[in-house]
Amino acid sequence: MESRENLEEKYREALSNYLKEQTEQALYQGQKYSRKTIEHKISPEEIISFHKSTLMDTYEDLPDEVLHSLDFLLEVMMGYGIAYREHQNLKHLQQELKSEIEIAANVQHTLLGTHIPKVKDLEIGAISVPARHMNGDYYHFVQDENQCVGVAIADVIGKGIPAALCMSMIKYAMDSLPDHRHFPKSVLESLNRVVERNVDPSMFITMFYGLFDPETHIFSYASAGHEPGFYYDAEKKEFTDLTARGLLLGVEKKTQYEQYEKYVAPGDMIVLMSDGVTECRTSEGFIERNTLIEFIEKNMHLSAQEMVNNIYKQLEKMQHFQLRDDFTLIILKRNV
Amino acid sequence: MNIMIDVKDIDSKATVKVKGEIDAYTAPKLRETLFPLSEQQNVHMVVDLSEVSYMDSTGLGVFVGLFKSVRSHNGEFRLVGLSERLRRLFDITGLADIIDINSNAEGGVK
Repeated sequence: MESRENLEEKYREALSNYLKEQTEQALYQGQKYSRKTIEHKISPEEIISFHKSTLMDTYEDLPDEVLHSLDFLLEVMMGYGIAYREHQNLKHLQQELKSEIEIAANVQHTLLGTHIPKVKDLEIGAISVPARHMNGDYYHFVQDENQCVGVAIADVIGKGIPAALCMSMIKYAMDSLPDHRHFPKSVLESLNRVVERNVDPSMFITMFYGLFDPETHIFSYASAGHEPGFYYDAEKKEFTDLTARGLLLGVEKKTQYEQYEKYVAPGDMIVLMSDGVTECRTSEGFIERNTLIEFIEKNMHLSAQEMVNNIYKQLEKMQHFQLRDDFTLIILKRNV
Repeated sequence: MNIMIDVKDIDSKATVKVKGEIDAYTAPKLRETLFPLSEQQNVHMVVDLSEVSYMDSTGLGVFVGLFKSVRSHNGEFRLVGLSERLRRLFDITGLADIIDINSNAEGGVK
């Protein structure tokens, strides 16, 4: 770190050089110098006082008017000095906020953490990537004593910190649901009541909830306004929309949800996603659901986890690595 | 901030035309402009979306909020001129079952 005296000395040198000879090179030293003074937090009025003392030392018969004018200039620059220091403080504060948000994001990550359960006959892959620091998407797996596995995927309408806070509430509401088997319809109905009561009226949540029974191989599910997933029928080699009707969580207190069922044959797949996946915008427009199906087909030979990882990477490439919305993709695949 | 909001509000009949994109950046402006209108008793509010080129879920949030506010003031709320993409958004979210999105624009002005 260079000392203040040192910087004053440097200024003297650079200015004297320029006064002797007005070359580009000598002028350029001034530009270089200002980078140094900014780095060392030297204020504009200090530089003027460097200037003044250099002139006084160099020219003995300097007219008083010149010196007075420099005093005047110094006074004018005071305001700029204050603005500059404010700017420095703000920069510092911003840095603090940034690291606080990073910590919050880590806390959120821990709070919302879920692990992918081992289920007989079922392979599970999941990925969730936030567009900014904090994720407004959420997925969760639960396994009950009958080895049935519940999968929830949800998206808060709204982004950033408020959305993320809202998600933590959903997670805790889900954890405190009665311990009996989690039927999709009743899960959504109780969460809807929680959200309706507790969340800001302009914030809503979409959620898909499914339950897979490894004994009967039946997947039952219900949706609260969530982007429909896909169902892959291995025998027909065909994708269909996994459509389920239902209103967003938090709009109407007494919403009833419909529950659907599907028998999952060996090789069949269930693909769930957040609307961040279909709202991806490329230079040519939106990513169509068909494009997504193509990506899934291309990666079908891989494990469920490798599939979701690869699809994310490929979509990210299409968007030129700019995620506009939180992105979540889950694949459940019945082993052959 | 690519949005234009055109409001005609006569005797609690509010006719609104929105042009441009509704996303996280423009939604606050839409909310600020339309919320006061939705809080009039017995308001009839019609929002024309035929010139909306893009809307994400933040926009959806604004319309749900408006719908609830209008309803709690005993008013009527309608959206008209939805493109296929917008219609799909309201369908998937189940909002098409509670918000009127199917009447035509002319019906909005009596």
